[in-house]
Amino acid sequence: MAIAKVLGIETEYGIAGGPDMDPITASSIIVNAYAQQGRTRINWDFHGETPELDARGLPGLTSFAPVVETHLANTVLTNGARLYVDHAHPEYSSPECRSPLEATLYDVAGEEVMRRAMVVANESLDAAHAITLYKNNSDGKGNSYGTHENYLLSRDVDFSNVIRAMVPHFVSRQVIVGAGKVGAETDHGQDADPAFQLSQRAEFFEEVVGLETTLKRPIINTRDEPHSDAERFRRLHVIIGDANLSQTATFVKLGSTALLLAALEDEGPDLFPSAPRHPVRAVRSYSLDVSLKTVEICEDGKWRSAWDFQDQLWHVASDYALRTGASAVATPDEVAFVLSQWREMLDGVRDDTESVADRVDWVAKWRIVSGIRDRHDLSDHDARLRAIDLQYHDLRPEKSLAQRVGLRSLLQNDEVREAVHNPPATTRAYFRGQCVARFPDQIAAANWDSVVFDVGDGPLQRVPMMDPLRGTAALTKDLFELSSTVGELLEALDR
Amino acid sequence: MTEQERIQKQRNERTQDTTSDVSVDATKGDQLKAELDDLLDEIDEVLEENAEEFVRNYVQKGGE
Repeated sequence: MAIAKVLGIETEYGIAGGPDMDPITASSIIVNAYAQQGRTRINWDFHGETPELDARGLPGLTSFAPVVETHLANTVLTNGARLYVDHAHPEYSSPECRSPLEATLYDVAGEEVMRRAMVVANESLDAAHAITLYKNNSDGKGNSYGTHENYLLSRDVDFSNVIRAMVPHFVSRQVIVGAGKVGAETDHGQDADPAFQLSQRAEFFEEVVGLETTLKRPIINTRDEPHSDAERFRRLHVIIGDANLSQTATFVKLGSTALLLAALEDEGPDLFPSAPRHPVRAVRSYSLDVSLKTVEICEDGKWRSAWDFQDQLWHVASDYALRTGASAVATPDEVAFVLSQWREMLDGVRDDTESVADRVDWVAKWRIVSGIRDRHDLSDHDARLRAIDLQYHDLRPEKSLAQRVGLRSLLQNDEVREAVHNPPATTRAYFRGQCVARFPDQIAAANWDSVVFDVGDGPLQRVPMMDPLRGTAALTKDLFELSSTVGELLEALDR
Repeated sequence: MTEQERIQKQRNERTQDTTSDVSVDATKGDQLKAELDDLLDEIDEVLEENAEEFVRNYVQKGGE
């Protein structure tokens, strides 16, 4: 039986402006503006961070582990998320969620957190230095930053099977969940000189499997940092994905991937289509072709387009759901909703793109880019088309194009507002968020798998949370209600 | 509204949309074109005036 697919998304936002045009300063201003407004400046506890550990065992000699920066602005939010400066970007890492729809909700809540942070920060800056945030993944000049998904997996799953099963999905899912991009920005991308690509990120991938995230980006990232009991769990860290503005795209990206991982856990890798012989070439060439006709030779000697892969993978997921119910992923209704949206988007991108312009980001973006190009008779390389691309992802309501193109909402505004403040109830994020909300002054530090309290006298007290499915409302709500102080809470937890 | 009710509601809305969309193709085509024209008008309005400078100034450091 597949284990619960606890999941979430971390997004580095693009940032422009600030007092000295330095992105690290501007990112710190954003994080601190939000933290001070919410009075939650919680330190991050780096105990347990092991980005250098490789899921394949021995680290490869040519790959270097990412460096963890410990001195930059950082906070934990009452909804259980982490908001911090990563490299030169503000990043929102959503709390652990229990279903694709819930993880979509907390990703959209992250947009709202960033929008509020931007407003608060700009109140203290003059107009010339105002900060603008973008939910995108590249600057059009060869610099990329990530949107990473995380999925809980059983430690029993052999990592070689994750590679074998999931490469086809990660190279092909861009046909429905790519965010679209005007032009190209790497040497090999520019050689192809496309007017438009399906994906923001595809051209930045250089390896099939690896530990890196910033250089030589791999399709399958092997970072073995479970942020939980390493004897029982893996965390699959997926770095190949675009930041979506379409809520349906985020939902289908998470739901399709979670269903395939659950199918892999329960039934092994044999159900999955044979991978392309050259996965890096495949992910890049698929991205370059908005007609979706490009095919790639696969290990079994057959040629498949990205669409062909998605069609086969949809059947893998759908058959699995039919056989087992896929309760590790979501309720029966939500699983059915993932499958129906996935199917509609897939058929739509092939047969009638207009019908999915309200759900598929690249279709929505390409529709306005080509529309403006034709209306004003512009060349494919006109700066106005690149400006449309950038402004699609702009978080300022008065500038955002994503807010104007008619994307369908899956979520009510009031539930997003709730999710900005309140944690998911069915994972350990509940415990983390409640601690931050109730006892912010006594939290010395927190991270994904623990909260450290400073109770004033005696040593710091760490409350470990090694199981993402404990620390839920069902298990701890009563304890919080009965405890008016941290001391009482710690005593209650000991009992 | 619970999650299940909401999904059900969205499904119902979609079903209704689809049935009302079954009309003469030409009319639908004209309607889509008019909608796109309105959208492009709006985009022309909100697009940064100096697109060249706006795009040139957007430079990021890599991340992740």
